[in-house]
This record gives sequence, structure tokens and C-alpha cells, in this order.
Amino acid sequence: MPQVHSSAHSEDDDAPADAPAAAATVQTDAVDALLDEIDVSLEQNSEQFVRSFVQKGGQ
Amino acid sequence: MRAVGIETEYGIALASGEPGNPIALSAHVVDSYRRVPSVASAPWDYGGEDPLHDARGFRQNRRDARPDQLTDAPGFDPMQGTVMRRKRRERWEDPAHLNAVLANGARLYVDHAHPEYSSPEVTNARDAVIWDRAGDAIVARALEQARADGVDMTAYKNNVDGKGASYGTHENFLVSREVPFDVLARRITAHLVTRQIYTGAGRVGRGPAGEHEGFQISQRADYIEAEIGLETTMRRPIVNTRDEPHADPHVWRRLHVIIGDANCMDVPNFLKIGTTQLVLSAIEADDARLDSLVLENPVEAVREVSYDLTLQTRLALAHGAPASALHIQRLLLDVCRDYATTSVDAQVIARWEQVLETLQRDWRAASREVEWVAKLTLLGSIRARHAHGDALLPWSDARLRAADIRWSDIDPAAGLCRKLEAAGACERIASADEIAHAVHTPPRDTRAWLRGRAVQVLGDTLDAAGWNSVVLNRADSDELEVAVLDEPLRTRHKVVDDAIAAVAP
Repeated sequence: MPQVHSSAHSEDDDAPADAPAAAATVQTDAVDALLDEIDVSLEQNSEQFVRSFVQKGGQ
Repeated sequence: MRAVGIETEYGIALASGEPGNPIALSAHVVDSYRRVPSVASAPWDYGGEDPLHDARGFRQNRRDARPDQLTDAPGFDPMQGTVMRRKRRERWEDPAHLNAVLANGARLYVDHAHPEYSSPEVTNARDAVIWDRAGDAIVARALEQARADGVDMTAYKNNVDGKGASYGTHENFLVSREVPFDVLARRITAHLVTRQIYTGAGRVGRGPAGEHEGFQISQRADYIEAEIGLETTMRRPIVNTRDEPHADPHVWRRLHVIIGDANCMDVPNFLKIGTTQLVLSAIEADDARLDSLVLENPVEAVREVSYDLTLQTRLALAHGAPASALHIQRLLLDVCRDYATTSVDAQVIARWEQVLETLQRDWRAASREVEWVAKLTLLGSIRARHAHGDALLPWSDARLRAADIRWSDIDPAAGLCRKLEAAGACERIASADEIAHAVHTPPRDTRAWLRGRAVQVLGDTLDAAGWNSVVLNRADSDELEVAVLDEPLRTRHKVVDDAIAAVAP
């Protein structure tokens, strides 16, 4: 995970007090590359995807 | 030794995002798996179920006598080859409620509006993880088959849709019948409430329909409304009283745990089963130390724990000073050390201790082991990437809510957790080889061995199978022969063994 982001925000806006905002640092290139990929994929149709994810209650 | 198993109801949707009939989609999953070339399966035997039996000692409204009541008769001895006889009858399968008993001893079926995989009985937490993940692989294979037939579906191993619906991942533990139910409920509750700190899968949103912004530890916490009860779909309780042991009811009761999250990561799944098994051993040994850990307000405590990402909140105890979930878990760990007897128990204790220590020191360091931490870490970096000045991306942003759902997509090429795992970011308990093996092979140390082997080799001679029955349909017999498997840890039955040996020597 990119370190540059994780220390930039000491205060979370809406999580409970003391809940640290950003991520722990996982220092592998594979995870960084994956993060880039996930980030790009989430740009695409997240709004529509979330709206259409409707399940019936179960047990 | 006790038999345990995990039932998973998967979220199911058309990959296109178009609305689909969830019952039809679920049935399509089961049907597709049954049609996978080389996959053997058998019909479910509805003979011996008793879902109306309540652990508190009464029974709701029985309609039919159990067909296996004859097992009480003198001289009934399955080791000597005694079977019950049952008339052949026409079989009709409700197309909306398809079932398949699988070669690994599991049951794949439609439960409510979800495809459900009930794992075979296993005896330890490691095997529980292996055969649970075999279920994910089986559902993934079913989806592949369905896709080849033109229906593209996606399955999610989660428990919420973010709009108010919740569906379950249930753990089942056999417990000695000698433990009075009220004692069991009193002594297990604090564990079920506080173990969330390492079993929680993480969830974006708070409130049953995500009414409030934020992140919480557990998927399931907002849907728990009672301490004790029989229901599983409304007023869901911490301790469920459904008492249907699928085993000799004089020896066993079943603890049906409905508070747990579906876990995509191995360590939470391993600890979920392993720690709970050990606490149950302490309860069976009548360990009174557990009485110092009775929560004053357990239902409220479920949410207090789930909402507190700092792990600092102190929970009111019935006796003594308030204690944090972490502290209560430390005390439970210390009690449970005395009950670790097997090598897997020792692994559970070591992992339990390590995870609690990491969470205590700095929860952010637990992202390799703890699912809510791994999810929050991923989402935290997305929030930071899209921050405006000092303001992180708000939790209401669709990207975060989409990532929360896509976390649990069981497709190894698409699920965010599976991708993180493939990148080496998650500790594993089950190897890929073990999981692949468990797709086709039952556990060796429970009656699931007989059930799974029967499915593998008996073909049409196997009429049906259930948790405690293997029903044989022999051409040379006037009636069906029901081999009753009332002892979950017994791996032999003369009649079933002989039938298997006759075709697979």
C-alpha cells in the first residue's frame, strides 16, 4: 500500500474518535499494483453496481 | 472430539446487474453443479429432519413421527448391519428447491433465496477451513457451468446487501447433551459477542440498511436482536435454540451459531471454529471461570463491539468491572489453554494469542490475519487516494460500497479478497491443493466419509443421503434400506461399507 497516503490524514471525518483513517502499510509491489487495478475498476460503474446489488433476506 | 460444520448462504446476482429471480438463480447454481461432467451427486433424504425441536426441551408442532425412531428399539445395531426399511415411493423434486449431496459429503441446495453450501462434518478448525473453501470452489465451478450454458451469475460470500437484507453463515457444533441449555447459553454468549474483533469481515455502513455512514467490524451485528431464540430470519438471537442434532439426541445437542460473518480469509474462519470449540470444551468441563465473563447487556454489546474500531470500549459485566472485548478474549484464551488437547488445538491457541497481541499493540498490523482490518486497510487507501485536501473520500461513496461487496466475490479472478490473497497479503491456513482435494473427497474422520464415498461410487444404488442416513436402493430388495448414521464420528457402517466394497474394492 502506498505509504505516501497513509500518514497524510491523522483525523478521520466520520469514523469514531481515534479510529485511524488510512491504511496499514503492506509493502509489496504486488499489492500496490493490485491497488491501482482495483482503483481503476471501481471508477467504472460502482454507482450502478451498488444500486443493483439487492438480495433477499435469508437465515 | 466433536463434529462441526459451516453453512454458507451466498449472495447471488446476475453478472449484468439486471434483476433476476433469486430463487431461480439459486436453483440454477445447484442444477448447474449437478450437470458438471464427472461430478456425482445424490438426492437429499428428507427422512430424518426435525427442525422444530427446541433446545430448551420442547418441540413445536410436530407433524410427522421421525422415521428413524426405530433406532431406539433393542437390537438396533448398525455395526451388525441393521437397517431400517422404507417403502419405495415416487420421487418429486420441487424445481425451486433443488438439492445435491456431494462427493465430499456436503449438501448444496436452495435455502430461501440463496444457494447454500453446508459443509460435511469435520472435527477440527483446519478441516473446517478446508471444506468451507471447497464450497467456494464448488459454487465457482457451478457458475462456470452456468456461464457455459448462457447464464452469467456472480456469487458473494458475504451477509448483507446494504439495503436491509441479511443472510447467514451458520456454524454448527455438537455439544454433550449433559450440558444444560441455560448453562451453555450463559457461558458461550460473551465469547460469541467478543470474538467479532478477529472474526468480523468488516462492513461499510451502519444500521440494517446502512442508514448511517461509517465502517464497522462485523457484517452481522446490526441484525442481532435477541439473546436467545429459535428464529433465524427475524429477531435473530445470539444463541439460537434450534436443537436438531442430526445425531443421537440422547448424546448430543447441536449449538447452531448464527451470529458469525462469512469469512473469505482463512485465519478468521480458523479462529471462529477453533476458539468456539475450545470454549465449548471448557463449558462441557463445567469450568466456573466462565461465569465471571457474563455480559450485562449482550445484545447491545454486539453492536458496541462492532462499531468500535479502536477496540477500547468497555462492556458491562454482570459481576465485576467493565472489560473490553480484547480483555475478555484474553481471559477466554487463558481458560481455553487448559482444554487444548490436539495439535490443531495448539495451533488455534497460538494463532489466537498472536492475533490478540497484534490487535492489542496496533490493530493496523493485523491486516494479514483479520478480515475487517484487511478490508479497512484496502478501503482506507482508496479513501486516501481520492481525498480532497484533508477530507478522505466519504464512506457513502459508491466506490467504497462497491469494494465492500466485491471483496467477497468468490471468483478468484474478480474477488478483491481473493486477489489480495493471491498477491500474498493474507495468511493462509488451507493450501490450494488441500482445497482442490476437498472438492471431491470427504473428511476421513466423520460419517461424512460414508456419505461422500457412497455418492462417489454407488451410482443408482444410492437412493438418497442425509446428515444421518444413507438410503440404498438395491435391485434385489423390495424396499429401500436406510443405514442410520446417528454417530457423527463413526466412519464405518457394515451395510454401506459392504455396498461400497462391492463396487469399489
